Formats: sequence, structure tokens, C-alpha cells
Amino acid sequence: MASSAAQHAWGLLLNFLFYVGSYDTGSTSTLPHHNYCIIGAGPSGLQMAYFLQRAGRDYVVFERSHAPGSFFALYPRHRKLISINKRYTGKTNSEFNLRHDWNSLLSHDSRLLFRHYSRDFFPDADTMVHYLEDFASMLELRVQYNIAIIHVRLEKDPQAWNGHYFILTDHKNQNYKCSVLLVATGTWVPNVVNFPGSEFVEGYESVSINPEDFAGQTVLILGRGNSAFETAENILGITNFVHMVSRSRVRLSWATHYVGDLRAINNGLLDTYQLKSLDGLLEGDLEDLAIVKDKKGKLHITLKFYLENRNRSAGAESVTLPQDELDNFATRAPYDRVIRCLGWKFDFSIYNRSLRLMPGKGNKKKYPQIKPSYESRGTRGLFVLGTASHSIDFRKSAGGFIHGFRYTTRAVHRLLEHRHHNVPWPSPIYPITQLTNSIIKRVNEASGLYQMFSVLGDIILLRENATAFEYLEEYPVGILAELELHTGRKAHNGLFVVIMEYGKNFSGADKDVFYYNRAVGEAQHAWQSNFLHPVIYYYKRLPTEREMRLHPPDWPLSRPDAIHHIVEDFLTDWTAPNAHILPLRRFLENCLGTDLRSFFAESCFLFALTRQKMPPFCQQGYMRMQGLVGNERLRHHAMEAGLLKDYTVKHSTDELLGWQRSRDQLLRDHMTPGSSLYPLVNTKDEL
Amino acid sequence: MRSQMNRRVSCFSVLLLCTHCLFVAGNANTLLELSTQEYFSSLEPGRASLVYFSRDVSPGVRLFLEQLEDSAGALQEYGISAVKVNCLKEDRSRYCGKENTLMKAYLFRGNVLLREFPTDALFDVNAIVANVLFALLFNEVKYISTLVELQNLENSLKGRSNVVFVYVPATGTPEHRAVMEAAFVYGTAHQFVLTTEGVLLKNVGHDDSDTLSARLFFCHCQGVLDRTQPCRRTPMSRPLTTVNIHTHLKLMAAPLVTEVAEDPEKVSTVHLQLGLPLVFILSQKETYEVDKRTAEFVAWQLLGKAGVALLSRYLRSVILRSIAILLLKAGVQIKYLVLEDTDEIIAVLEDKIKGEQIHEEEDEEEEDEKDHNEQDDQVMEAVHRDRKRELPLDLIRTLTEETFNAAVTETTHTGVLFYASWEAVCLVMLQLYAEVAVDLKGTQGISLAKVNCWDWPDVCMKENVTQFPVLKMYEKGARSVAYAGMLGKAELLRFLRSTISCPLKLSTIEEVEEYLSGEVHADLLLHRSTSVLGIFCPSMKEAREAFVEAGNLLRGYVTTGLYAEDDALVLAQKYAVALPALLLARHEDHKIDSVLLSKQSAQDMVQTIRAELLETFPEITVENLPDYLRLEKPLLILFSDGDLNQGMRTDMLSLVNGKGHEAFVACWLNLKKTPVGRGVLKAYFGTPPPLPLLAWVNLHSSGQVFAFPSEQPVTEMNILSWLEKLKAGLERPSSKYSCLYNISRHCWPLVCL
Repeated sequence: MASSAAQHAWGLLLNFLFYVGSYDTGSTSTLPHHNYCIIGAGPSGLQMAYFLQRAGRDYVVFERSHAPGSFFALYPRHRKLISINKRYTGKTNSEFNLRHDWNSLLSHDSRLLFRHYSRDFFPDADTMVHYLEDFASMLELRVQYNIAIIHVRLEKDPQAWNGHYFILTDHKNQNYKCSVLLVATGTWVPNVVNFPGSEFVEGYESVSINPEDFAGQTVLILGRGNSAFETAENILGITNFVHMVSRSRVRLSWATHYVGDLRAINNGLLDTYQLKSLDGLLEGDLEDLAIVKDKKGKLHITLKFYLENRNRSAGAESVTLPQDELDNFATRAPYDRVIRCLGWKFDFSIYNRSLRLMPGKGNKKKYPQIKPSYESRGTRGLFVLGTASHSIDFRKSAGGFIHGFRYTTRAVHRLLEHRHHNVPWPSPIYPITQLTNSIIKRVNEASGLYQMFSVLGDIILLRENATAFEYLEEYPVGILAELELHTGRKAHNGLFVVIMEYGKNFSGADKDVFYYNRAVGEAQHAWQSNFLHPVIYYYKRLPTEREMRLHPPDWPLSRPDAIHHIVEDFLTDWTAPNAHILPLRRFLENCLGTDLRSFFAESCFLFALTRQKMPPFCQQGYMRMQGLVGNERLRHHAMEAGLLKDYTVKHSTDELLGWQRSRDQLLRDHMTPGSSLYPLVNTKDEL
Repeated sequence: MRSQMNRRVSCFSVLLLCTHCLFVAGNANTLLELSTQEYFSSLEPGRASLVYFSRDVSPGVRLFLEQLEDSAGALQEYGISAVKVNCLKEDRSRYCGKENTLMKAYLFRGNVLLREFPTDALFDVNAIVANVLFALLFNEVKYISTLVELQNLENSLKGRSNVVFVYVPATGTPEHRAVMEAAFVYGTAHQFVLTTEGVLLKNVGHDDSDTLSARLFFCHCQGVLDRTQPCRRTPMSRPLTTVNIHTHLKLMAAPLVTEVAEDPEKVSTVHLQLGLPLVFILSQKETYEVDKRTAEFVAWQLLGKAGVALLSRYLRSVILRSIAILLLKAGVQIKYLVLEDTDEIIAVLEDKIKGEQIHEEEDEEEEDEKDHNEQDDQVMEAVHRDRKRELPLDLIRTLTEETFNAAVTETTHTGVLFYASWEAVCLVMLQLYAEVAVDLKGTQGISLAKVNCWDWPDVCMKENVTQFPVLKMYEKGARSVAYAGMLGKAELLRFLRSTISCPLKLSTIEEVEEYLSGEVHADLLLHRSTSVLGIFCPSMKEAREAFVEAGNLLRGYVTTGLYAEDDALVLAQKYAVALPALLLARHEDHKIDSVLLSKQSAQDMVQTIRAELLETFPEITVENLPDYLRLEKPLLILFSDGDLNQGMRTDMLSLVNGKGHEAFVACWLNLKKTPVGRGVLKAYFGTPPPLPLLAWVNLHSSGQVFAFPSEQPVTEMNILSWLEKLKAGLERPSSKYSCLYNISRHCWPLVCL
């Protein structure tokens, strides 16, 4: 009922719009203008607003509801968020802790961490609404509530940043002019399947959440996502039994390493199914389904195929049911209720056709098509943020969830800063001696790399002669080829890309992820690592767009000149000197042709007097009067390890003889000039 | 069901066909099916046949018949026919009549029964062939079960024949069959001995071999003429297959050492034919006997893996002090090596063979694992070795995000070390810091703290710490100063102790005079008791600020003062210098030098001040060398084991104060204080030269090192004339070194794509 009323309202609005739209074209120069317009004050809209605010940009957020995060006001229906709120990690590193805080948005204000809002590991959805309200108000984000944007069109203008303005029309027919449009509306239109009898189906968005309403009933749930299982979980104990039907097999997030797949917290039905406690899972195409209601109000499952052949005038009883032919048909028992839990899709309806905002293909049709830069394929200057941008990494990474898109949103903001304000991508410059450390630091604490694995990567641009490097954090690797264009940084001397990956053949709905010996321990087998681990790609030059297009399937990047995997770690702590740092340093040294070891001042002293070229550590430290003198104890350790020579030791007899001999030799040489030269001495051997 | 039926039908038709064949050709490769009468009448004398008398076919028997049928071809190769006799119902003869015969197969030679086998011993083709041959080769293959039996047998054969001793875990296995097939061919050449006793295998001395796999040993008894001598045993390393056994026996039969005189490329031996390497040992006329013994020794070691040839080719050009070997494989030269001893040859060969085997088995496994797993970073390794020691850090406060701001304002001076707890250089720094803390204990107004940036990245970012380690001095009410000097305890102490502001702001001419006299803060005078004063006009804001920054950078290195009052010009006049200017009060010499500050950046000022503080004849140490190298001049270094004697010092001093001294830096190095100087000498001269030694080290232009003739006394005159000669290019560099520094480690972590 509710949905049909809404449809009616929409129809009215559209008519109205058509009328006003035709009346109100041409004179847009007087419209209120903003450089950045964000549609939707959900998590991604607010996140973007935060970055724009910090950068001092002219922006506005339009929210049709009276408060931010209206999706969370209704969903999930059973109010339990499945994004974890891990308040304790044993670490104080704020960046690291964000790896296990899936609800907080990024800000400079540590009060706006979700752990201050909820003590629950799986927090209540109301807390999220409350959090988003605080986020918007405490940071004084410019959100205009109760404004529903119902139409977006383009207006060509050569003066505009992108050659056109976006004209937004709200429900009161007020127009707004925007240079850049940031779509953060999420996916909120429930997916509906139409089949004969689908009118008997209740939707997830409106079905009762009171278990008592299901007492003694037999329930069929359409769908196999978290909402379907969540619904089942809620009524499992009170129904006769619950059946669940969908086209594809169940995808468990622990097997796929994708947080959008079925989470363990919701999987009670799997338990009761496999233990034969009447509940069950079925696979079948919903398109072929039909539901017939009998006189008692029971719902029978049949197939479209049978309905097409039936006598129209006859009642439900005349319909052939599958069990008439196949008397052990699985869903032959009649149901009291059928509930649809098929997820949501993006609302394409408000965009004028000229924006060419097209649905994706296949299982991504619920999302608009965008480029890896999060810009629409059809319209320059239109960026899609948040859940709606999940087509980039659907079923792969976390771009559809707060803990992922808070980082992709930041990346989009950085792209925009460079494109429109000539602010290049932040890239501190470090001496090459800091290369290993910079990578180790980031792979151990960076949250963006960790959450948006295989999507966002750190880029290390080498300076000439590999004496220094620039460090760009969390760049979308899908647009690596256009790095110079998007960041304003030059990559003439080669680059490293640091990303995190799961093992190539490890994850999958049908994979056994608990098999014996699943984890790799030895550094030399690091490339076979299965769990999330850092991978470093080395390119002598920036890959071209063509090369990026031709990258091997399942690879996030094109073929590099060299690649290094840091072996997976049970504690995700990659600071072990021998297993993690040493192999990484060797890899970097091989790529750069440079010695990246550190040396005590004493060694640098020897180099300084015996070599013309020194390792960067001595060159950039010791030679600038910042050598590492160390202490006796440590130098002694190095000597014991054979890495530092002890010159204080008393000479053995042999050596004394050697002294004597050399003295004679020296004398002889002076008397007979022109005899053979002393051999070249390679000091390398002594160190 | 259906398929089985089909099979039976087809078998049957084949059988029918072949029965027919038998009567035509008599040597079919399939199971013959005869009646009792037909069978016994077809027996030829001397010809062996394996026969099964069949009455009705039970499932167990059917399985056996299938195996028998499959082995017919294999048996035929050894002239043995496989026969199934169909007993008639009424037949009550010896073989057909009894009930238990159904579980047996019989081996006949002619019409003599040799052996009866239970059908379950003949479980498959291998078992059938192995057991049948084992029975037929009763004399050629002896079965033994104790070591004594083996020794007796060996003893009896010494000087006559070689023994092939085989262990198989069980009879009827594929290995057993392979041995039997080999025995069929070689049975007359060698005595074969078979055992299934695992204990025996251990007794033979191969405890490494597990008793699960078959082993073959070739016992060289033929050549043993002395009965007390044992027979050498050469184990076969490859798995027991027919081909491998044939190869092994062929190799054992080949001469131990082949003597050749022609071109090695043209030589062909059994080894090369079998694709094994051949080692040529080059021999000279004079050393022939020794070489031959060597060759034989090597040959024994390599027996079964490679051949050895003695190449009697008397080449003049090759120096044959050592054993030279040439490796050939299938006509392709592999390697020419000059090896010092026989062990090396064997090692090289075994590596080669092992390498190939590994290569065959699994394509690529890491080659030298040891090398890439070994830490070669001295700092990291040192810290790692020290990891279990607990540092005495209780004198240093550990700051957090919450406590940081309060802590740095509590005391007038707070040193804060920013570090990362996993980083090696930081951990070295932390150790030094802990030592410094002990020395500073109880010092008023200074407290020490540390921040682990791995725990508190936000604090570090806020304090602009982007790399580690960083030591900062926080002064109450002033901005913090980062330490930029050597990371050594003494240097850190100097930095942390210099609590007077740097530069010290002076406000009156009197204060300036007092400052320049060195009386103020005499206890804090740092660098060679020199005080630096910057003088600026009040209008020179930029230069003054740069000087303040330079003063900060030099904190702990030298005391700096600043005078920028209105009457600065008075000072300028007094010291005859234009502003902005530096005054350097050298307290030891009671001398005040003035320098015009031409460059305006803080870094340049630091350089200028540092350059002014350099000595004329310094003692070079690890800590101060970079300061002198920065001048980019040749060094004239006097290496001395201990202090310089006065005469030498005087001569050197007068040299550096003489004419032309600006072209080079004269210095000396005390090997007692700077032992690493010995390393420098070793690099220059190979062996340690006599000391004291004067060397001319031209690092920057030619990269050459010259040594002062040691027979001449080190006097000013001699040095000067030597320098003249050097300039004229007469002296020979004692070692000309070019860039010796190259990264030279293996391409290991690269996964080459």
C-alpha cells in the first residue's frame, strides 16, 4: 500500500516538473551557484563535505530528509549494523585503529570516533544516525535539509569548469547551479522482481520486524544477502520453518573476503539448514517463479510455465502445481508469507538523459557506470561517491561501505583539488634512505590501503638518480596511467606502487579457506601468501592506459618490471627485521641499484676515505655530520656478526710478518719504479 | 553390469580367435586357452609355461585371469607362455580334479612342474613376471636373509665375479620385476643377490636409506684378489627401474678410468653415450703415476655418476700445477675449471648432478638461500642481537598524545626523542639516549622524554616529525630546536646540556666584550673554546633571523651570540668589518677574527661558521672527517700509532703555516683513537705499512693515494720537495682506486616476470 501511494506521489511530481521545467529554462544566470553540490547527507556526502570544508571550498549538501543518514533511520530493519566497532586493539596508533573501526568517518576531531558513540561490537543503526548528526553539526558542515533534488540536467557553458553547469531542481522547484556534482545518494530503491503473484510478496522495507507476528507460520524469503539472513535470523525461532530461495549459491564473507557477503553474525539459518532443523536454502531463478494464493490464504509456489497454460477463469485450485507432476518437489509445502529481501539499487530517475548516467552491466546494474576516478562515464564533473560508487570494486573490496569509501572519497577530493584549484596531490619528499622505513610504516598502520585493498595504493615517485622520493598516499590505482594528469606530480624516474592483496586463488564462494597450511611463513614463499599482505610493484616508467587495460585478469595493476610480496603475517605486523624488512630492502635495492643499508659512522669514515661513491645512508647522514656513532656495545654486536671489522685487535704473528714484508716491499718498490702495481683492493669484502 | 558382460563376450571372442592362432603360429602374445589334453600335448621340452587350470570362474579367479591375460605378452618376451586350461566337468585328473588347485597356478618347464604359486601371490602383471622369473632364475638370483650369507657369497666370488645385491621391500613389486628382468640379461655376468630383509640393508651401511624403497648395490668383488679385502659397494642412486638398472650395470662394467690422448671433443665413452658428464684430468709425463692415482680416486668417488678420463696431452701453455678438469656432457663442453684438489672436483660434480636432479624434479627453487636470508645491515643486525636486553629507560618519560603538550612546558628544557619502535637506527638512538639520561640525571631544568611515533602518529605529525629518529629540544616559551648532529653520546650530551639560548642575545657593548672574552658560560664553551658572535644592524631582519636559525642548528656544537642593537656599527668599526658580520673569539689564542657574512641563508651561515671553526692541523676522527672533506681539497694525512711526537708536529705545523698550504688539508690520524684508520691503510696498501706514514689522498679529483717515502725522515723540507714531485707527476700512486663502491648482491627478491 505504502509503495503504491509513493508511486502516485512521484507521478504527480514528475508531471509538475515537466510543466515547470519547460517554463523555467534559459535564465539560469541568477540561480544560486555553488562550486560543489553534494546530493545526499549520508556518510559519503558528509565525508566529502568535510574535506571540502577543510579545503575552504564553496559547497553545499542537499538532503531530502530532515536529518543526515536517513537510510540508517530505516535500515537495517532489525537495527543491527554489521560493520564492526572494535574499541580495543591493544594499540594506540589512531591510523591503525581505523583499520578495525568500520563506522567512523575521517576527521581531525578525535571525539568523532564511533567508539565514543557505541560500546557494541555490532552497533545499533540509531547510533549511526546519531553519529552522522553529530558529524554534520560539530564540524558545521553546510547541509540543507528537507530539500529533495528531483531533477538534474546540464546547461552548456564554455565558462564553466567542465564546459557545463549542473542544474538541480528541488521538490519546491527551486533550481541550483553547480560546477561539480557529487552524487552521494547511495542505493536506496528496493530491488523488486515481478512475477505472477508477486503482489502477495512483502518487502523487506515494510515487513514486520516483530517476531510474534510470525508465530507458527511458514515463511519463504526471496534473496540471499545479509538482509535476507537478518530477516530469517529474527524469526527463526518462532516460525514453523523458513525457506530461502535465490538464484546464486550462498556467498560467505569469510570465504570471499568481501564484507558485503553473508556475515557470520547473520548466518543462523545455515546452521539450522545443515542440521536439518526444517529450515532450508534453495537455488532457483526468481524470474521463473509464480505464487498462487489458495482460498485459505496459503501461498503456493509454482512456476510461470504452469500459469501460462492455465484456464484464466478457474481459481487457484485449477492451477497445476509442480508437485502434481513431481510429487517430491522441494517447495510443495504452502507458505503463510513470502518476504522479498533483494537489496537496493541506485535511483537513476532524477538524472536527465543528457547526463548519460547509465546502469552498469551484469551484477553491477544496480550501480551507475563510473570510471576508476569515480567520475561518471557520461558526464565530466559528475562524481559518484559512497555506496553508489561500488561498481569499481563490487564483490572485491570495501568501496561500498563506510570503512572503504571514506578513503575513496578523500581520493576524489584530492583529484578535484588538483583539477580545479591547482593543489597537487600531497606528496612529502624524503631522502632515499627513508624508503624502506616509509613503506614499512605505511603497510603497518595505513588504514586506507588496508580497507581498500587492491583499489587504493601508495605511490612512490623516484627522483632523479634515486636520491629522494615523493610519497603519495592512497591513490586509486585504476587511474595509475593518468597519474601525472590527476596529481600534478611527475613520474619520470620510475615508481613503486604499494598495495595490499589477498592471495590470487584464495578467496571465493566455493573455496575452502580453512585448509591446512593455508598461511605462508617463509619469506621466500611470500608470493604465495593467501591472507591480506602488502605487495610492491615496481615500474621503470608509468604504465600506459593501454597497458593498464591489458592487465592480467584478477590483477589490480598492469605487469610491473618487478614485484615483491611481503609475506603474510598472522598479526598483520610487518616489522620483523629478517622476514619482512630485509627482503623488502633487497627488493628495493635491486630495483634502484642502490645500497639501502644503514651504517655506523665508523664504516662511513672508511668509505669516505677509500671510495668515491658512498651508500646513501653515509652520503645523506654521515657526510652531513649526522652519522650514526652508536655505542661500543652495538658496534661490538656488529663485529660479532662479521658486519663491522674490529681494527683494535692486536695483530697476530702472521700479520706482523706481513708488516715486515710489506716494509721491505715498499722499499724495494721505491728503488725500482715501474714494477707491477699493487692490486686493487676491494673494501667491500671487509664489511 | 552391462559393460562387464560386454567385456566378457569380447574376451571370449578374442580367446577364440587366439586359440586358432596358437595352432597356426604357436607364439601368440595372449593367453592361450586350451583343454587339458591339448595343453599337455603341446608342451615342448625346455619351454616354460605358466598355467592355470580352470573349472568354473569365480569373481576372485576372474581377476587373476585378467592379470594373467595381461601378463601374457610380457612373459612371452622371456619365452614363457601363459595358458588357461579349461577343465572338463568330468575331468578328475591331478590338476583339474582337486578343489584346492583352483587357487593355484603352475609353472612348468617342458612337462616338469617347477613351482606352484598361490594365485594371490600373482596379484598383478609385475608380480606374475617377477615371481615367474624368480623361479626360473633360481641359480642366477640367490635369495638371502642374513648378512653372513651375503659375506660368504661375496667371499666365494672374490676375484671371479661381481655381485649385484638388491633389497626389495617385498616380492612382486615393480622393483622386484625390474631386478628380475635385469637378472635375466646379466645373470650370467654377475651374481645377483636378493633380500627382503630391511635389517640387512641397514647392515650394509646405508642407514640413511629407508626400508620402504628398494636399493641396489654393485659389489666390486671381481677385482678383489686379496681375500681379506672387502668388496667395494657402489649404491645405485636412482630409482630401481629396468632402464636405470641396465644403465647402472653398464656403467659398472665400463673401465674405471679411460686413458685418452686425442682431442677431448672426439672422445666417446659409455658415460657420454648415456648422457653423463665425463671428467678429463689432464696429465703430464712427469706426474703420470700420481695423476693416474688421482684419476682413479676421483673415479671411485664418482662411480655411477660421471666418468673419468686421463688426458695425456702435454700442453705447454697450460700450467699444470694443479689438477685441471674439463667437463663434457654429450659432446658439449660444460666447463673448464682449474681445481686445487680432488674434493673440489667431486663437490663441483655432485653439485652439478644434484642441481640437475633438482632441476628435473621441480623447476626452480631458490639457488642460494643462505645468502638472501642473511642480514647484511650492520646496524639492524647489531640492534637485533641486542634485542633481549632491557634498556634502562626509567629516566626518560614516555609521552602520549594526552601528556605531550603538558610535558614539554613543565620544565624549562625538555628533550624529546621521536622514534619508531621497530626501526633500527631509532633503536640505536634510544640506547644512546638512555646513556645520556644517566649522565644528565639530576641536572636542573632539563628533562628527557620520548614519543613512539608508531604509537602516536598524530603527535609526531603535529610536531612535524616525518622521519625517524628526531631529537628535539623544547624550551619553555620558545620554539623547539631539532638536533642535527652526529648520533653519538658525547654529541647528544653537548646538545642537551647547552641550555643557554642559542644564539645568546646580547644587548650592550659591555655584554659583548664579556662574551668575547670567553668569561660568560666558560663551563659551556663547546667547540675548541671558540665563541661566535653575529653582529647585525637592527634593519637586517632577514639576516638576523637566518643567524638565529643557524645558531639553533649549531646548538651543542658552538656557542653563538647575537648583537643587533642600534650601536652595532660601533662594534663593526672596532673590528674593522662591514655588517652583517661574524666575530670569532678564539680564547686559546686570545684572538678575534672577523668574517663578513656574504651569504644570507641559515644553511650558508652554518657552513661559514663550521668552516671558520676548522683547525689548521687537525686530528682526523670519525666525528670530524666530513667537515674537512667538505672543503673538497686533497688530504695530507699523517697516520700515527698513538700521539704525534713533538718534532713531527712542529714540522707539520710549520708546513701548514707556510706557503701553498691552502691547496690541501694537512691532518693526522691517531690509530689508537681511530682504529678504523687501519682499515683505510689496508685499503690503500693491502698490508699495513710501517708507521708513522704520511699519505697524500686526493679523493675529489684523481682519486689517487701517494705514500711519502718511508726511508726519508718526515721533515718540512722533505715533505715540500715530495709535494713538488707529486705535483710534477713523478711519484707513482701507491694505489689508484677508482670507484670501488658498487652494490653487488644477488637479484633475489625479484620475482622476474
